Amino acid sequence: MSTVAAPIVARVKPAVRAAKPTLDPESRRWLEELRSKGAVREEAVARLHDLLLRAARFEAVRRGATAAERDEIAEEAATDAAVNVLRRLDDFRGHSRFTTWAYKFALLEAAVKLRKRAWQDREIPFDRETWSLIPSRDAEPPVEAEQAELLATVQQGIRECLTPHQRNVLLALAVDGVPIDVLADKLDTNRGALYKTLHDARRKLRAYLEETQ
Amino acid sequence: MTLDRLLGPAQPEIGCDACFEELDHYVEVEVAGKDADAAVPGLRAHLEGCPACREEHDSLLAFVRSEAEA
Repeated sequence: MSTVAAPIVARVKPAVRAAKPTLDPESRRWLEELRSKGAVREEAVARLHDLLLRAARFEAVRRGATAAERDEIAEEAATDAAVNVLRRLDDFRGHSRFTTWAYKFALLEAAVKLRKRAWQDREIPFDRETWSLIPSRDAEPPVEAEQAELLATVQQGIRECLTPHQRNVLLALAVDGVPIDVLADKLDTNRGALYKTLHDARRKLRAYLEETQ
Repeated sequence: MTLDRLLGPAQPEIGCDACFEELDHYVEVEVAGKDADAAVPGLRAHLEGCPACREEHDSLLAFVRSEAEA
């Protein structure tokens, strides 16, 4: 296992990207119509909503939502996604087709809503006084001795190196499997900030392992 | 595996916001059968470390493929 401490990179400049991509005709037409006025724009917005609804339904089905949930979530997600797409039209840089760019907003909205719904009645473990990464002897499947030893070292690192906030975030996300959006809501922060905390905690742990091994 | 989730990716990675910005480009490069990791360095590593972004990547890839087949 490598213990290289990996820096988080805000934006990496790819070597093979064209400086200014040429928009394909369909994407150009989407932008022109969504930026126009009157009936042309209204018709384009309606088509946009339809394609976002299709994407949101796809996500709901993929996540096993009930039929009733599926329609409700998909409609809400498509509406919210349409607002975001229209607000961010100038951010579309043409590195993909417009529809692919738009789909991701609908998939994100649907995924976030479904994750939050799945956790709405569950207690979110955070700020626990007692916790352990050490598997019990009768764990299924059994944990190999080397793996158990490494987990014990990581546990020690978590206790010694991390701030209480980093420890709580790491345990909630990486051990208890709390979705990052759900935890961000609970802590009144956002996903990017929370991932940065997780990343910093992981980097400290890797450095600790490097020192102790 | 718990250990992987605790330690995250060893490679340099982008954050969640940059991942979302680049996701459509990355997926289209993947669908075209080209080198998406070269096109957007750091995104693959982020997907290894962030389950939520991973799910959204997998959904976009599956949906774009299903639309292409339809």
